[in-house]
Amino acid sequence: MKQMTNYQKPDLTGHFGSFGGRFVPETLMPAVLELEEAYEHAIKDPIFIEELDNYLRQYVGRETPLYYAERLTEALGGAKIYLKREDLNHTGAHKINNALGQALLTLRMGKKKIVAETGAGQHGVATATVSALLGLECIIFMGAEDIQRQKLNVFRMELLGAKVVSVDQGSGTLKDAVNEALRYWVANVEDTHYIIGSVVGPHPFPKIVRDFQSVIGNEAKQQFSDDIGGLPDALVACIGGGSNAMGLFYPFINDKSVKIYGIEAGGLGVETGKHSATLTDGKTGVLHGMMTHLLQDEHGQIQEATSISAGLDYPGVGPEHSHLNEINRVRYESITDVEALDGLKLLSQTEGIIPALESAHAIAYLKKLAPEMNKDQSIIVCLSGRGDKDVEAVQAALGGELN
Amino acid sequence: MTVNKLETALEETLANGDKIFIPYIMAGDGGLDKLPEQIQFLAEAGATAIELGIPFSDPVADGPVIQAAGIRALSLGVSLRAILEVLKATKGERSIPIVLMTYFNPIFAYGIEQCLADCAEAGVSGLIIPDLPIEEEGEIPELIADHDLALIRLATLTSSRERLTKIATKTRGFLYAVTVTGTTGERNEYIDSIGDYLSNLKQVSPKPVIAGFGVSTPEQVKQLSSYCDGVIVGSKIVKSLHEGERDTIEELILATKS
Repeated sequence: MKQMTNYQKPDLTGHFGSFGGRFVPETLMPAVLELEEAYEHAIKDPIFIEELDNYLRQYVGRETPLYYAERLTEALGGAKIYLKREDLNHTGAHKINNALGQALLTLRMGKKKIVAETGAGQHGVATATVSALLGLECIIFMGAEDIQRQKLNVFRMELLGAKVVSVDQGSGTLKDAVNEALRYWVANVEDTHYIIGSVVGPHPFPKIVRDFQSVIGNEAKQQFSDDIGGLPDALVACIGGGSNAMGLFYPFINDKSVKIYGIEAGGLGVETGKHSATLTDGKTGVLHGMMTHLLQDEHGQIQEATSISAGLDYPGVGPEHSHLNEINRVRYESITDVEALDGLKLLSQTEGIIPALESAHAIAYLKKLAPEMNKDQSIIVCLSGRGDKDVEAVQAALGGELN
Repeated sequence: MTVNKLETALEETLANGDKIFIPYIMAGDGGLDKLPEQIQFLAEAGATAIELGIPFSDPVADGPVIQAAGIRALSLGVSLRAILEVLKATKGERSIPIVLMTYFNPIFAYGIEQCLADCAEAGVSGLIIPDLPIEEEGEIPELIADHDLALIRLATLTSSRERLTKIATKTRGFLYAVTVTGTTGERNEYIDSIGDYLSNLKQVSPKPVIAGFGVSTPEQVKQLSSYCDGVIVGSKIVKSLHEGERDTIEELILATKS
C-alpha cells in the first residue's frame, strides 16, 4: 500500500477532521482496539501483504483492466472515458477486495467466525465466498425486505455455506442489518470478527476498508500512467457507504489536478425527500459507531433511505467522505433512479457491459460531466459491479419496456 | 444540586441496609402522558432512582424488548424535547432522582449544551450514554459537570483491568456494571466469574457499583446485589409495565430490601 505524502487521515484517534471516531458500546471497545493493533501489524508484515496479493491475483483475478470505452466516449462527445473494471472480479464486484483482506486478518487474530451485514447481497456473497475459501464460519444478517428483493443472492450465500439471518426489526433493510450484525458482534466478540462491508462503522473500519479497496486506485493510477501517460483529469464513482469510491479516490487525493466526483443516489429526487443522498441533504450525527452525515429528522432519529439500488440504500456515508466534502477535495453530486436506469441502458448498448445499478449512477453522471470536458481530457470511472443481479429489478422498473 | 440528589438517594438506601434498585423504563411507551404516574408508581414501590430510556431509531446496545418499546414510543411521536418538557412540568411532584439513558445522536441533534441545560432544568440528575466510550467524550464530561449532572460510565466484562480502573475513576453518580457480553434482555444465567468481576469493580470504584443487563428475577436481583451495591432492571420492567403486571415489578424491588 502506497504512503500518501501530505494527506494523513485518519488521525491516531480515528478521526477524519471532525468525522469518524469510535462511538461504540464499551463491550466493543477492546475489540476495535485489538483490531486496530492487529491491522497495523499486518500491513507492515511482508508475509501478510504477499499472501493478500497472491489471493488477489490468483483467486480474485486482479489486476482488473482499465478499459477505454470508445463508443461511450463517442456517444457523449467529450472527455475520453476509462472504466476500471471491478465488475470482472470474482463474485462480480469490488466487495471481495475488502472481504478477502479482512478474512485474512481474522485468521491472524486467531478468530474462526465471521459476521457481516449485507444490503443487496454483494458484500454478503463476497464474505460467504472468502469464508468458504479460508474455512471460516460465516453468519450474514440481511433485512427481511432485502431478502425478498434479492432471493437469488440469499441462495448463493447459503450455497457457499453461510447462514443467512433475516432481520425484521426497523425497516428490514441495510441499516437494520448493520444494527443486528453489531448486536451479534457485541454478544460474540471473543471469537468473532465483524467484516463490515463499506468504509463505515467505528475506527479502524473506515481506514481498513479504504486501504483494502485502494488496490482499485493504485492499479488505475499505474495503468493510466503506463498506457496513456500522466494523470487522468477526473475520477467518478458511486457512493452508498462509499467503499469503491474511497478505493479509487484515495491514491489520487494528493494529486490536486485530478478532479474527483462522488455520486450519491438521488432516488426519486433529492427534493422529494425519498433518496439516499446523505452528503447532499443530510446532517452530521452519530450512527453505527461513526460521526458522519446522516439522513435524520430534527430529533436525531435516523430516516429511511430510498434508492432503486439496494447497495446505495443507506442513510449514512463513510466519515472520510464527509471530511473530503468538508475540505472541498471531492465534489458530491446525486443521480436519480430514472437517470441511473438511463445510464445502465447507455453502457449496455454502447459497450455491451451491463453495470450494477449502483455503478449505473456513476455512468449516468458521465452524461453531465464528459460533454463539458475537452476531447483530450480523460475520466476514470469505477465500474464497481456487474449488473446481472439487477436484471429483474431493472425489467420491473422499466415495466418490461426498453424505450 | 442534581448530582447530589442522586448520590444522596443512593447513599441513603445503602445506609438503610438495603440494596439500590433502579428500574429502567422507556419514556413514552404507552404515551408520554403516562410517564409521571409510572414514575410515581416506581417511587412508591421502593425504587432508589429511575433510569429513563430515550427512544432511538437504532438502539444497538438493546435487545428485542427495549427495541420494541422504543419503536412504540417513536410511533407516538415521542422525542427527547417532549420528554424533558414533561419532566420539567412535573418536577415538583417527584422526589426520586431520574437519570436518562440515551444514545448520543438525540443529544447531538438537540445541541449538546442546550440539551444539558434543559436536562438540568427538568430536574434530571445524570446521563448514561451507551455509545459514548471514554475515548470519544472530549469536553462533554466538563459540560455535563457544569450543569450539575452526572455522566454515568459503563464497565463491561470485556474491558481490561486497566480500562475498568480508568472508567471507575471517571464515573460520576454510580458505576454501571454491565453483567453480560451482549445486548439488554433477560438471561437465564451469568458467567461463573460474575462475582469476581463485580467484587473487583467494588474495589476500584469510589462510587456505588450497580449491576445491570439481563436481570429479570428476584433471585438474580439478590445474587448480583450480594456482590455490589444494587441492580438495574430494564427489559423485565419494560415488559411488565407494558403488560400491566405491576406485581412482578414490586416483587423485584422487594428483593433489594433488608
